[in-house]
Amino acid sequence: MSAEAGKFDPMHQFTVEPIAKLFAVEGREVWLTTSAVWMAAAAVILWLFMLGGMKRQLVPGRWQMAVEGFTGFVSSMMSTNIGPEGRKYTPYVFSLFMFILFCNVLGMVPFALAGLHPLTVTSHFTITGILAILSFAIVLVVGFWRHGLHFFSLFVPHGTPWPMIPFIAPIEFVSFMVRPFSLGLRLFVAMTAGHVLLEVFANFIVQSSGAGVAIGLPVGIASLALMIGISALELLVAGIQAYVFALLTSLYINDAVNLH
Amino acid sequence: MPQINQLAENWFFASQLFWLALIFGAVFVVIGLGMYPKIEATVDARDRKIADDLAAAKAAHASADGLEEQYRQQSDLSRAAAQKAVQDAKDKAARDAEKRLAKVDAELAEKMTAAEADVAAARGSAMAEIESVAAEAASELVAKLSGVKVAAADAKQAVKAVLHG
Repeated sequence: MSAEAGKFDPMHQFTVEPIAKLFAVEGREVWLTTSAVWMAAAAVILWLFMLGGMKRQLVPGRWQMAVEGFTGFVSSMMSTNIGPEGRKYTPYVFSLFMFILFCNVLGMVPFALAGLHPLTVTSHFTITGILAILSFAIVLVVGFWRHGLHFFSLFVPHGTPWPMIPFIAPIEFVSFMVRPFSLGLRLFVAMTAGHVLLEVFANFIVQSSGAGVAIGLPVGIASLALMIGISALELLVAGIQAYVFALLTSLYINDAVNLH
Repeated sequence: MPQINQLAENWFFASQLFWLALIFGAVFVVIGLGMYPKIEATVDARDRKIADDLAAAKAAHASADGLEEQYRQQSDLSRAAAQKAVQDAKDKAARDAEKRLAKVDAELAEKMTAAEADVAAARGSAMAEIESVAAEAASELVAKLSGVKVAAADAKQAVKAVLHG
């Protein structure tokens, strides 16, 4: 919501507010921020959610069933995309998927908790970018660890005719190097765009209340209807983007584990 | 766009990096490495138990089928044996009855023959007696009527001729 009275700024919601200064390293200050609080909240809620699945009963209750649904979803994704060796990387991809999912969904909370307005942590490319670089680094480390310099054969797809290699290899290399950017930007852009859209339509409703019954009522009702639809869509996007991030990470790890 | 504008601030990127590393690291260690394998192990154990139980059920089913088959064969066998025993007993009874009947028949036939022989003998002796009595009577009659003495042998011959026509 707009901080300055009368001026509507749909981007303001993405501002990270510093809360308290903690320490400084080489002139760089580290603060407790709203971003940190929301990340921690997502982590704690995720931990509580997982705790409900730790009863380890033979016949699961509803909560355990839900948690096992998530673990089964990620582990089946890993085994389909990578194969039996994928099990080794499942804890990382599962953490990634759940953390992003919970951050996305928590950013959708429409009211303030303890005076803190929800901040969608994943709408910051500083967060999504670091996660993408982390995934990319794992791909590089695994790839070079398992295949050594043979990992470079990734840039020459199987069955490429010899004369085509000088042209194909640079294209493959560029597409490989673009991966962390596309991975990080996709999530950041999807979350940012969705929340801007929500903010704009919510603002239409607020503004229409001052426009009189003749114009304000139809505009307000139409905006409210759209708002409901977009909220549902954004919940879907929150799930899908977490899934896409985890899916692409698993596909990239597959490249590193199995080459082509 | 605050995401870009705030990059200029001293604390922004350092704080984001620090907290993400700390919190995502904690999530990875506690949830990814600590909780996830346990949940996965529970699911695996359940899947294994279900598979084992299904296999056991299948084996029990097969053994039950075997037992049923065995039982049926056994009951078929014992039924056949029982039928055979009944048939044997029937046959034996029939044979015994026949034998007894034959024996009784033979006895009766023997008795009949003996009785017939007796009757014949009796008839023979009776006939002989009648002949001798008739001859005597005839010779006496002849003697009384004509006073002629007829030899016993002639009288007997004459009587025999009359009697036997």
